Amino acid sequence: MSSIPIITSASSVKPLEATVAKKVLVAITGIVLFGFVLIHMVGNIQLYQGPEKLNHYAELLQSMKPVLWTFRIVLLAAVGVHALFAILLWLRNRSARPVAYESQRFVSATLTSRTMIWSGPLIGLFVVYHILHFTTGTFPPPHFNSHNVYNNVVYAFQVPGVSIAYIIAMVALGFHLYHGGVSLFQTLGLRTPHDEKPLKLVLWVITTIIVVVNISFPLAVLTGLVGLK
Amino acid sequence: MLNLTLKVWRQKGPKDAGQMVTYPAPGISPDMSFLEMLDVVNERMMEKDEEPIAFDHDCREGICGSCGTVVNGIAHGPRSATTACQLHMRSFKDGDTITVEPWRAKPFPVLKDLIVDRSAYDRIIAAGGFVSVNTGGCPDGNSLPIPKENAELSMDAAACIGCGACAAACPNASAMLFVSAKVSQLALLPQGQPERRDRVLKMVAQMDAEGFGGCTNIGECESACPKEIKLENIARLNRDFLVATVTKRPVTASQGGGA
Ligand code: HEM
Ligand code: FES
Repeated sequence: MSSIPIITSASSVKPLEATVAKKVLVAITGIVLFGFVLIHMVGNIQLYQGPEKLNHYAELLQSMKPVLWTFRIVLLAAVGVHALFAILLWLRNRSARPVAYESQRFVSATLTSRTMIWSGPLIGLFVVYHILHFTTGTFPPPHFNSHNVYNNVVYAFQVPGVSIAYIIAMVALGFHLYHGGVSLFQTLGLRTPHDEKPLKLVLWVITTIIVVVNISFPLAVLTGLVGLK
Repeated sequence: MLNLTLKVWRQKGPKDAGQMVTYPAPGISPDMSFLEMLDVVNERMMEKDEEPIAFDHDCREGICGSCGTVVNGIAHGPRSATTACQLHMRSFKDGDTITVEPWRAKPFPVLKDLIVDRSAYDRIIAAGGFVSVNTGGCPDGNSLPIPKENAELSMDAAACIGCGACAAACPNASAMLFVSAKVSQLALLPQGQPERRDRVLKMVAQMDAEGFGGCTNIGECESACPKEIKLENIARLNRDFLVATVTKRPVTASQGGGA
């Protein structure tokens, strides 16, 4: 039969090429992106404090160009590394089972854990759209004005299709961050048997907050709770 | 008595394409084990000069790790913490159709019917799943203090019988639960320390070379494991692997002898 040579010396091992190491890169970049999502959400809550507050916040960010660009570059690199290694691992995982089962029943796999490779790219596509929509104005909302973020948000979400797209993307984000958040503790070797349930609960609460708060923005505009001032 | 229908994977040899074949299996006692049921079906087939279904088995008491098939889509069948040989037919209902398939993973090629070649697991053990000990006088059992919790966790990990159900059940065909049990059982004991870092690097490298998938922390392995090996072991493997990679300790212990 096929016999793969047995590795006899650790000095011949290239640890950084291991699946385990690639997964660690996915986890570390995942933490960076998770952190960004949290900060982004907290910042956007200022929508509820009116145009002045939100527009002032946007101006403040724009005024710190070097900081802003540092963040952008770090995030871009993080997304790139994250997606690259996630996809490489996924391809490898697929090829590890060339003949599929006639019937395969899952006992403990969850919807979130089995859809990471779909929720991830969906968020990726959404991020591209989101940037072209609000940041660069390539696909601008009606009456786009890069100095009036508040109005841009209101005009954008008054289009039901746009709001629905944002809402779907946020559900995908919640899925990805819930399994990703639990998973990364395991990947980085931080989990112990004692904290499985509390860990899952904490991540469930955090991701639910992220999804609910983010979805509340388009809903508030659609229902007229937040309008032009 | 149960009247069942079996849908079984039949494959003449490693090169054969193979296919699912349906067999009636009437008059099965609920007290039989799953393997005894296959024995009965096979005897009837041999009486008709048909080639019996080939399957792996040895101890038939759930301790050797030889048996293992995917029954109705679940490795070792529907009962948790139970090997196929310990699964009883009372877990099924009269009239059931039962699908029986071999482990599916690239590193576990099918040899015949339900038998797969699991030497990939043996090679992972050969790469590092051992301690090197010089021969000599027998040390006093109590001369090495071991925290009770470590001893217990190590024994829990050592319960792994290497059956392959983890890789078979994993959506990624990943062997991480097996490898992590074999890493953990030694990493938790003083005797395992000298080779601890080399061991995890070599075993993970061997696992990758064999072609198993990577872990995405889905947990199917833990549910399928007849010996209830815990996911916690995978976290320990990841931790050991990270420490081993970052600390870059000189690689000597693998050639050295003993503690
Ligand atoms: C751009 C395309 C993306 C792809 C293809 C992708 C794919 C993946 C995959 C396959 C995993 C591993 C899942 C598993 O272990 O089951 C993962 C983990 C993760 N992802 Fe993404 N993702 C993407 C974008 C994002 C974004 C934008 C964020 C954050 C907002 C994110 C946050 C995370 C986190 C926190 C993890 C956990 C890491 C771990 O499992 O150790 N991902 N991603
Ligand atoms: S035959 Fe030994 S474990 Fe099933």
